[in-house]
Amino acid sequence: MSIIRVENLTKRFNSITAVNDIFFEVEEGTIFGFLGPNGAGKTTTINILCTLLSPTSGRAFVAGHDCMKESAEVRRAIGIVFQDTTLDKDLSAYENLIFHAYLYNVAKDEMKQRVNDVLKFVDLYERKDDLVKKFSGGMKRRLEVARGLIHRPRVLFLDEPTLGLDPQSRTNLWEFIVELPEKHNVTIFMTTHYMEEAEVCDRIAIIDKGKIIAIGSPDELKRTVGGDIVYIRTSDNMNAREEIKRLFGFDVSEKEGELYMTCSMGDTCIPEMIRAIGEKVLSVRLQRPTLNDVFLKLTGKAIREEGVSSDEGVKEYVRAYRRRH
Amino acid sequence: MEFNAIYVIVAREFKKFVRERSRLFSAIARPLLWLFIVGAGISRLVPRDTGVPYTQFIFPGIIGMTILFSSIFSSISIIWDKEFGFMKEILVAPVSRLSIVIGKALSGTIVSTIQAVIILALFPILGFKLGILQIIGVILISASISFSISSFGIVLATFYESYESFSVIMNFIIMPMFFLSGAMYPVKLLPDILRMVSKINPLTYGIDAIKHVVFPFETGKMSPDFPFIIDIMVIILSSIIFVIIAGKSFERRG
Repeated sequence: MSIIRVENLTKRFNSITAVNDIFFEVEEGTIFGFLGPNGAGKTTTINILCTLLSPTSGRAFVAGHDCMKESAEVRRAIGIVFQDTTLDKDLSAYENLIFHAYLYNVAKDEMKQRVNDVLKFVDLYERKDDLVKKFSGGMKRRLEVARGLIHRPRVLFLDEPTLGLDPQSRTNLWEFIVELPEKHNVTIFMTTHYMEEAEVCDRIAIIDKGKIIAIGSPDELKRTVGGDIVYIRTSDNMNAREEIKRLFGFDVSEKEGELYMTCSMGDTCIPEMIRAIGEKVLSVRLQRPTLNDVFLKLTGKAIREEGVSSDEGVKEYVRAYRRRH
Repeated sequence: MEFNAIYVIVAREFKKFVRERSRLFSAIARPLLWLFIVGAGISRLVPRDTGVPYTQFIFPGIIGMTILFSSIFSSISIIWDKEFGFMKEILVAPVSRLSIVIGKALSGTIVSTIQAVIILALFPILGFKLGILQIIGVILISASISFSISSFGIVLATFYESYESFSVIMNFIIMPMFFLSGAMYPVKLLPDILRMVSKINPLTYGIDAIKHVVFPFETGKMSPDFPFIIDIMVIILSSIIFVIIAGKSFERRG
């Protein structure tokens, strides 16, 4: 049974269509990724699923409940980590989590135990009495993941969870996230515009300009690009090129003293080639298509990897400035 | 209604109030400045035979001012919560909008009432002698008017998205509400048009009710402007109306 089901969902803001007639399902216990550039409609979709926005048309179900008609049931079944931090910086980590436990009506005698458990899970137990304003970006994000788990949701939404984090914090956060489905029995629905991050997903929907343009596992999507690229350096490129063409029928090209060709299954194709022209081979390397290649092929453009983080920094600064004045 | 949620919303506000000493200090300092500086100056202009001495007359108004500022400030913290994102944490929780509004209104009520009580403790210094029933009366009225003004503040906060709007609220809502509440001068002495505005100001009735309790035997110019029962009814009705409007405006989805 699918835990999220979206049917013909459309959301318009005046003349702008943010989400355009999308359809998808998410299997329970998996990591599902929404991949696309900024402004593609990822956050709008999350906000509809979280009952914060009403769709213009179409329907959405989470954990068997209609996001429009049964918002209370949907809210009980989900946890969310938003793009921008939603912690109270003037409270301690522990107080933020206890606040959440009360809000979700967790039984009083279980509250402390659950809060301490999730704090330990994200490695913040030692810092639980520190005010959140003293935390780094990565710690805040981990704390938010922890908070999202307290009420034992069935689906955890992560909207650009690593946005604005340094590479080390990003890696660190992913270590926690990939463990979630098994350890906490939860389905993950995440959005990202980082290609590498989408690799951890069981299934990915690629979204651009409000439309889902491809959906499948990372491997399935990459296969649509047309295969791997094999690079071979040999002692006699001229001869090798002829032989490969004759034996395998590949269209071989040469660049900077290296032969390269596209083949659908690079890892099985290499041993065969070495068996055939073995003595001439000096080096071999295989380049797998990336999700970026997939996106490039589908839309004719690369997902921009520009630093949203720097923009975030400015926003934080402006807020801090306003607060002081 | 979710009592756990209401409780924790109030507990959070209270914890922050206790932690921010400077907020408490400035909240107490403002009314004291008015009482001792503005009050002392104006009292020289008021003839001695008008009834209650002016420095005593403005006391209910000063309590009203304390409540007005701290209730609105408390509710305006919703704009902070929106700005810094914490509001989303509350809005996606399985909690009815009415519980959120009541939690926020009670937060303002508790914080304001505490401050009103601190000001009330200064009464004896001005040569006032209040009976225990009068003190209880003032505290109860303070709590109810705090609830009404806090709910009003929530309605305001739902219409404003960012902190820039704060100075607008301050200059065009809080200050006029204070000056047209009978705090500084009796409503019956105001020009017609201003008197009409005073009559739609819920704070007017709160201050008037305190005047009833504090100056029960006053009959002249300085006496209360409306019957006590009307004051109480307006406070209760305005509370209910503001809570409902606030709840409705929280309900909106994009």
